[in-house]
Amino acid sequence: MNNLNSWLFWPEQVALSVLALFFILTIFLYAARQPAHNVITSLCNLGAHALRFASRWLLATAEGLRQRNKTVLLAHGQAEVTSQIEREFERVNNMVSKELSEYPAMQRKMMDELTRIEEDYQKSGEVPPPTPEWIEALSTIANLQSGGDIARKMLDELHRSVQKIHDKTINEYRKAYERRHKILKGLMPVWRSVDKTVKILDTNLINLTSNAKSIDVNMARYEEMRSKTDKSEHTLAISAFVQLGISSLVMLIAVGGAFINFKLIALPMSEMVGASDYITNNLRTSDVAALVIVLMEASMGVFLLESLRITHLFPTIGSMNDQLRKRVMWAALILLFILACIESSLALMRDMLVADKAAMLHDLATIAPVASDSLLTRIPMVGQMVMGFVLPFVLAFVAIPLEVVVYSLRTAGGVLMVTIMRAISFVLRFSAMIIHRLGHILINIYDITIVLPLLTERWIASLRDTSVRRNTDLKSGRTS
Amino acid sequence: MKNFKNMLLLCLLLPLLFAGCGDNRSHSNGVYLLIDTSGTYAQQITKARTIINYLLANLNAGDSLAVAKVESKSFSEKDIIAKVTFDRRPSQANLEKRAFNQKVDVFSKNIKGSAFTDITGGLIQAAEYLNEANPGNKTIIIFSDLQEELGKGTVRDFPIKLTGIRVMAVNVTKLSTDNVDPRRYLDRLAWWEKRVRDAGASDWLVINDLEHLDKLLNNQ
Repeated sequence: MNNLNSWLFWPEQVALSVLALFFILTIFLYAARQPAHNVITSLCNLGAHALRFASRWLLATAEGLRQRNKTVLLAHGQAEVTSQIEREFERVNNMVSKELSEYPAMQRKMMDELTRIEEDYQKSGEVPPPTPEWIEALSTIANLQSGGDIARKMLDELHRSVQKIHDKTINEYRKAYERRHKILKGLMPVWRSVDKTVKILDTNLINLTSNAKSIDVNMARYEEMRSKTDKSEHTLAISAFVQLGISSLVMLIAVGGAFINFKLIALPMSEMVGASDYITNNLRTSDVAALVIVLMEASMGVFLLESLRITHLFPTIGSMNDQLRKRVMWAALILLFILACIESSLALMRDMLVADKAAMLHDLATIAPVASDSLLTRIPMVGQMVMGFVLPFVLAFVAIPLEVVVYSLRTAGGVLMVTIMRAISFVLRFSAMIIHRLGHILINIYDITIVLPLLTERWIASLRDTSVRRNTDLKSGRTS
Repeated sequence: MKNFKNMLLLCLLLPLLFAGCGDNRSHSNGVYLLIDTSGTYAQQITKARTIINYLLANLNAGDSLAVAKVESKSFSEKDIIAKVTFDRRPSQANLEKRAFNQKVDVFSKNIKGSAFTDITGGLIQAAEYLNEANPGNKTIIIFSDLQEELGKGTVRDFPIKLTGIRVMAVNVTKLSTDNVDPRRYLDRLAWWEKRVRDAGASDWLVINDLEHLDKLLNNQ
């Protein structure tokens, strides 16, 4: 209240004092109108320009980042497609060198078999039975003029001979048929062999066609990437996001496995490094040691898969000569095996410690411990040991999703960064527009506070205009 | 290749590095239990066994535990029934807990009631032990009715020092006179709280319900 009074000219007459103050302030604001307008405009322009500049810079940087991302993405995609095409060519090469190198031999075999089939077919052709010569003889006898006993005897004799010949002919005919059937039967495996050979050829050709199609698809993708189209960039980015999602899920599962692994060895590690040692306020040394063991297992797994050239996280290992690489592989495998054995024994120790603690608690509770040596008590122990041995090897495979995460995270991070930068740029641009408009609003508000002098000014100006017009009219009247 | 070798070596040496560093004292618990053996209170030994069992079950490797009796003159090492600082290895600590339990068992079977109750002397002895063991959290548990009765010539009316020690009174039974005038009981508790807090104790707590023993080892 005292502060307010200090502003009043006549504290007893507040209304008059406020009116006087308002009058003085209005006069001052009216006098400072133009410079005040200039200051408001300049400040708002300064703010708006600065924000617009920052927005433009962000947009340009985002574009640069997008280009860099695109380059990296396309290069990575090209490398991936190249390796896929190489693999397809390798398969085709293997097929051609393995299967089609045998093609001349196969063809020769097929030709032989076909020739044999043809020959056998010829052999199996039906041979007509020999023309019965006795028909002619019979007709000659029948044409004899004089009959009698001679003729009858001759006919009987002839009948016997004919019967004999007939039987012989039938026999031969049957034997011939039998031979032909045998030949045809002998053809069956040859047919089967030919059929098999043709099927193999068919399968090989289908595989070859499929590989050729795959190569065509990959080549088309490669061409797209080479021409740096937005479509290929978009496809690769989406693929990276999908891979990141899948790999993250697998990594999450692996982290769960690592946690179980950690829990399995944390307690027995306290037996080795002491349960009362702390590194920080809540971090036990035994917990850290267990964690280090788990991480070492994962690291050994990474080195193992790296030396097997399944992953490509360390170019140093990938570029080693084969002998050295194999040594690294064996070293990683042996260390992993040792760690698995250690973990298995720690799991056993954990079971013993838990059992010991349970027995002690029974002692304290003055209840005799239940002696149990059944299979049921051994199952968890064996289970823990097996888990302790297997989990390190399972963890070793975490290198594969890890590699995918590492590579796809760069792309996903880049895309996210560009999006964020663009969003910030938009916000800055919008703020610049708001500040620019705010200048106009402030100028109008300023003018509202000095509305009375402004109205007076306009009134005087209009009066002046009227008098000037009147004078002009008078002068023009005189002249006329 | 050299970097790769260095990394492998570091991975192998990390557990040793971690095993070598750290503080093994600042996080451990030290508990000193004073058991009143005067008069009829000696019959409460079964409840005292419950507390000891709870402590043995919940103290970890590296922690310290001592159990002493409160007699006519308790400022003496002879009154300590059993004391131990558990080994850093859990398996060894379990063996020590068993041995400790046996000592307490022997004591509880041969307990003899004393004529006087020198709680202050026991407190001074407890503070001395805990300061010597220097665990991270120091706790004195007084298992008594808190009715101090000093023999002739026993001087305890001087300020004591319990800096940074939590003091807890457990199973503070009501005497027959307390039932007549409950203010006597409340005054007794208030007097001990003032005495303990004046001595620099970090906390004062009374637990009469043995179902709430979890407060005993509530780390600061």
